[in-house]
Amino acid sequence: MPRVVVDVMLKPEILDPQGQAVQRALPRLGFEGITDVRQGKRFELEVEGPVDDAVLARVREMAETFLANTVIEDFTVRAAEPDPAPDAGAVA
Amino acid sequence: MSVGTGAGGDAGTGGGSGLGRIGVVTFPGSLDDRDAQRAIRLAGGEPVALWHRDKDIRQVDAVVLPGGFSYGDYLRCGAIARFSPVMGTVVEQARLGMPVLGICNGFQVLCESHLLPGALTRNDHLHFVCRDQRLRIENANTAWTGDYTEGQEITVPLKNNEGGFVASEHTLDALEAEGRVVLRYVGRNPNGSRRDIAGITNEAGNVVGLMPHPEHAVEALTGPTTEGLGFFTSALKSLVAAS
Repeated sequence: MPRVVVDVMLKPEILDPQGQAVQRALPRLGFEGITDVRQGKRFELEVEGPVDDAVLARVREMAETFLANTVIEDFTVRAAEPDPAPDAGAVA
Repeated sequence: MSVGTGAGGDAGTGGGSGLGRIGVVTFPGSLDDRDAQRAIRLAGGEPVALWHRDKDIRQVDAVVLPGGFSYGDYLRCGAIARFSPVMGTVVEQARLGMPVLGICNGFQVLCESHLLPGALTRNDHLHFVCRDQRLRIENANTAWTGDYTEGQEITVPLKNNEGGFVASEHTLDALEAEGRVVLRYVGRNPNGSRRDIAGITNEAGNVVGLMPHPEHAVEALTGPTTEGLGFFTSALKSLVAAS
């Protein structure tokens, strides 16, 4: 199925206490060198037909009115890459 | 500007509160709808239960959106409730002047519905807060705060996880300049709200949203004070005055 991906992130000027909590936990787990973490949301939408400009425009409208709250969040909309062949590096 | 034909304004009782019909919406996941109904009754009004799937708001004179976790707080608090059938009617009537009070989750629904500016975000300390909260009334001219005086301090329960009020600096400045900050936290800021804002109103003063819970402070037996009752008596008086 063709997919469209919507990424939603808090605007840079909006405090992200969850991201900060993750960032503070990292050194305790031995992960050094991460100076900032921002946490967001990702939506994967399966669409019936091909992902053309009209579909992307409609998804943008959906993101603007519902998936994101544009008072505090930014979003990006893109067509997803087709599923890649199983990654040799990934361990099941 | 009361809406509908409730008995509200015509009762003309000596107490001044009359018999205003105030609807309380129940969404799936609403928690404080019963307490809101009870507060309305104690204030001298007639609570009317409204259901999220009904467009019909049964000719009520005002509406309370109660606290809780509508639609499980999925996506964002209040984001899905905004699209419920009842909210279509509430938004339409609010724009025509019907008094609407959003408490906690109800405040989040009002912001998501764009009846009020800004948004409520995760508490800055990441903990759920539940305590008796001191507040200062900053605007005693809204439909829901007429029974208070400006500068008056009250204590009512506060309990939330996403209570940090945020808006652009431009919006915050406009809210301050137009006197639309209705309530401010006194003492330690409990959730990181910008400028200690606990509640705001729209330009017309008929729509008010606040994070604290006045409906839990209406009886000595169950509340820390009875200082929350004024929100409900204020609305009833405003209905009488408007009729």
